[in-house]
Amino acid sequence: MLNLELKLNPKIFEEVEQKPIRDGYGDALIEAGEKNHNIVVLTADLAESTRAHKFAARFPERFIECGVSEQNMAGIAAGLAVSGKISFISSYATFSPGKNWETIRTTIIYNNANVKIAGHHSGIVTGPDGATHQATEDIAIMRCLPNVRVISPCDYWEAKKATLYSVEEYGPFYLRYVRDKTPVITTEETPFRFGKIEKFWISKNENAEIAIMATGHLVYQALLAAKELEEEGIDVYVLNVHTIKPLDEEKILEVANKVKGIVTLEDHQINGGMGSAIAEVIVQKSENKPKMIFLGLQNTFGESGKPDELIKKYGMDKEAVKNAVKKLLTF
Amino acid sequence: MINSLDENKLKFLEEKANEIRRLIIETLVEAGSGHSAGPLGMADIFSALYFHILKFDPRNPFWDERDRLVLSNGHICPVQYVTMALAGYFSIEELKTLRKINTRLQGHPHRAVLPGIENTSGPLGEGISQAIGMAIAAKLDKKDYHIYCITSDGEHQEGNTWEAYMFLGKNQLDNLTIIIDRNYIQIDGITENVMPLEPLKQKLESFGLHVLEVDGHNIRAFIDAINEARSEWKRTSVIIAYTIPGKGVSFMEKKFEWHGKPPDKEEAKKALDELRTLGGKIESEHQ
Repeated sequence: MLNLELKLNPKIFEEVEQKPIRDGYGDALIEAGEKNHNIVVLTADLAESTRAHKFAARFPERFIECGVSEQNMAGIAAGLAVSGKISFISSYATFSPGKNWETIRTTIIYNNANVKIAGHHSGIVTGPDGATHQATEDIAIMRCLPNVRVISPCDYWEAKKATLYSVEEYGPFYLRYVRDKTPVITTEETPFRFGKIEKFWISKNENAEIAIMATGHLVYQALLAAKELEEEGIDVYVLNVHTIKPLDEEKILEVANKVKGIVTLEDHQINGGMGSAIAEVIVQKSENKPKMIFLGLQNTFGESGKPDELIKKYGMDKEAVKNAVKKLLTF
Repeated sequence: MINSLDENKLKFLEEKANEIRRLIIETLVEAGSGHSAGPLGMADIFSALYFHILKFDPRNPFWDERDRLVLSNGHICPVQYVTMALAGYFSIEELKTLRKINTRLQGHPHRAVLPGIENTSGPLGEGISQAIGMAIAAKLDKKDYHIYCITSDGEHQEGNTWEAYMFLGKNQLDNLTIIIDRNYIQIDGITENVMPLEPLKQKLESFGLHVLEVDGHNIRAFIDAINEARSEWKRTSVIIAYTIPGKGVSFMEKKFEWHGKPPDKEEAKKALDELRTLGGKIESEHQ
């Protein structure tokens, strides 16, 4: 059942409200910009679609339009940051941190500059634009770097809170946002605890045999699956992994020692993503070694289509989750 | 404005440049790897920057009002390390640790470990963008420190460099001065053979920049050019400084083969002998 202690949206299984995760970024920038005059926002010709345009309208002197030049944007952000500013760089994740990865590595991350990298249009749910614009490797290329924190929020509220949190802690962050409207899973009151994995779906007697660990908007599909499995008499846990780096090892080990199987679910390549990160912890540190099934892109690119069609075709919807859970139960 | 030079100061700066060259050779031999030609070619400019132009305090390297020197082509860092040691940031002794384990003097400079380094660098084409960020920050904070960015000619083959120039064409930051080390060499050969940069001045001017040209070994002319750049109102200035790679060591001069290797002991001895003679020349010229 839904973990109501976390004040999750009680209407999640009814007419659930839909709101773009990227709006959480845009709204947080305004709020942070009001409070902290050192915040500067940069974009590479994508102000509106990354929702940086509201900040631009409110604080034009602290908004920097770089044109279509992601490397230049990263470098300028680094220069601002080492001069006392807190820089946010806003673009599509395929371009930033995709195209400008080495500039980010050198001038922001190794250089320890206080820059927040906002990667938008992540995941296959970017939809009709096709695979060129669907960032499905960004978690892998960012989490492999030392000295960066990686957050993949599950909905609008979590995106807003994660963005605001990144201002509070010095240093490079990678924040992953989604274009389309997605279900609002949490509420304004849900606590955001950086670095912590939270159980969104709890088992009645805390004795479920399978845990589903999901990140980003797909947490919703995991919850839908959990509810339907419950109706079939199958108990699971659903864990929301918003912080992919640093990973909540304690929680992962606690879960791994209790269950016989883990399904990981991410709108990202399964190679090097959140599932891989979790497996790294379990393989190295867990006494119990549960079987794992990784759901996500299976070493393939996406394509054009509607978000719900795509997550179905590429095996990231509730049906895929249910099937994976059942398969693990047979081991 | 930067003070103009009297004869004594000019002699002092030329002698410092010679001392920088000697220490570069000694440091590189000790390190056993590293770049020779670029650092030797930039010794005069580094002498002028650290001992006449830049505003800084080595005892307080994070002083808020300091001028910022962004080295974009990090591989010439031996000249910066040597000059910083002479300017009092750390001991001459520490130069012996260049490129060795546990050193603050990384093979390419790293801001997080060495106070006084403003940017981690090495991968080319990234310095001007960072200098732009610093210049915007200074404007936002109404600070009057100046930002200098040293770039190599070879890194003008990087797209990032031109992205940055395009940005400057639009935003014209007059608290930023860019210095191009135009020495015509890069790893694979002569720049104009590897990937031609000329007509460099016209290219830069077409981006809307204020472009000056100077002999990078004429300290007086270089300081005059800096003054002209700094008095330019509402435009970013770029100084193309023509330098001789390997300057001061005859067998290294203008040889791209010396871009990325250090002298061995024998070669170093020869180089130091030549630089001693050069020192004598400076002495006699100013008498």
